[in-house]
Amino acid sequence: MCLAIPGKVLEATDMGFTRVAKVQFGGITRQVSLDFVPETQPGDYVLVHVGFAISRVSPEEAERTYELLRQIQEANELAPEEPV
Amino acid sequence: MKYLDEYRDADITHALAARIGARVTRPWVLMEICGGQTHTLMRYGLPDLLPPEIELVHGPGCPVCVAPLEFVDRAIEIASRPGVIFVSYGDMLRVPGSRQDLFRVRAAGGDVRIAYSPLEAVKLAQENPTRQVVFFGIGFETTAPANAMAVWHAQRLGLTNFSMLVSHVLVPPAVRLLLGSPSNRVQGFIAPGHVCTVMGHREYEALSAEFHVPIVVGGFEPVDLLEAIAMLVDQLEDGRAQLENQYSRSVTRDGNVPAQKLMEEVFEITDRKWRGIGMIPLSGHRLREKYAAYDAERIFGAQEIHVEEPAECISALVLQGLKKPVDCTAFGTRCTPEQPLGAPMVSSEGACAAYYAYRRHTAPEAAR
Repeated sequence: MCLAIPGKVLEATDMGFTRVAKVQFGGITRQVSLDFVPETQPGDYVLVHVGFAISRVSPEEAERTYELLRQIQEANELAPEEPV
Repeated sequence: MKYLDEYRDADITHALAARIGARVTRPWVLMEICGGQTHTLMRYGLPDLLPPEIELVHGPGCPVCVAPLEFVDRAIEIASRPGVIFVSYGDMLRVPGSRQDLFRVRAAGGDVRIAYSPLEAVKLAQENPTRQVVFFGIGFETTAPANAMAVWHAQRLGLTNFSMLVSHVLVPPAVRLLLGSPSNRVQGFIAPGHVCTVMGHREYEALSAEFHVPIVVGGFEPVDLLEAIAMLVDQLEDGRAQLENQYSRSVTRDGNVPAQKLMEEVFEITDRKWRGIGMIPLSGHRLREKYAAYDAERIFGAQEIHVEEPAECISALVLQGLKKPVDCTAFGTRCTPEQPLGAPMVSSEGACAAYYAYRRHTAPEAAR
């Protein structure tokens, strides 16, 4: 139920009361409501749940986490196989 | 796909598991609250990568599983009425009521439809003005704003043939109940990343401080979950108990304010009964008085039904993290996804379904 998947916003349009986007998930494109993240622009990634974007993925935070993970991976590769 | 593939990286997953193994000095019991996270853990076999000191127990974060039996029966009763189009998220259709499920209502001629988004139900109401369209509004805080938007749209469009059977539940009151229970064994929590995307993590800071328990907001991919577990183990080994946010690419302290505002506009907080757990004060939503015209319980009458759970089903203990699905004598034999005794065997977020899908061929001891 709480599944939400990241997709890339291809275009965003105001439609009367709401703002909708065309969002690409891998090979498929779906229409998604941007009512909860109205500041979203094309090129952003959003997390989508039951047809609604619930957040804009922060590229800075994702990069920061990923850098940390790379360091953990490198530390692991450098570590001796057996505890000394 | 960006923001998915990186978080499914096998090398990083193994490096994180090794780091947890190097850090841990004694046994710790951790709980992931969200059933979506339970399924990731099982699908990727993550418990097998962790040191034996780490025990993962699975929480009640499956809205389909905790929707009370009476509520499922009420949905079935409304869906069986002529003239009604009953619309639900797909997960709910095979959940057993006391006598049947929504799939059987459909087989018997009831108009039961599956929707991906609640807005599809609003559209159906526009297209079928002579029919009553009822949407089964289940979910946690992640889903509540979308359901609120459907009600808000229905009002804006002046629809008189759309209503919602609301069975929303809220995570923090359930965590509070688990932590306050004398039988609680859980020493660290992974908070649900998508609930926190909407709500922010202030409520979990308060829980962490009140019960002096480490809580880490976690994402849904294998790397996310192992990083969250590593952060919990660091806190426990250091003797710290605070709120940390692993899923910072989506979760902020304040959450999604427009979503919270709409949810508060349409719903108010009420006591809710949780299947398997019982009544939890102030743990769910109902429609506010000004949206009463969209409340299926008022439109179709809310008779109190009292029904008994199947005696053999231990879902109450599974949902509280006190038993594992494989501890159940009916698991995989008299209870399967095709013929379930309880909801956790049905839902794509249920712990029993996760064990059935990914671990039923494992020896019982190893499967724990």
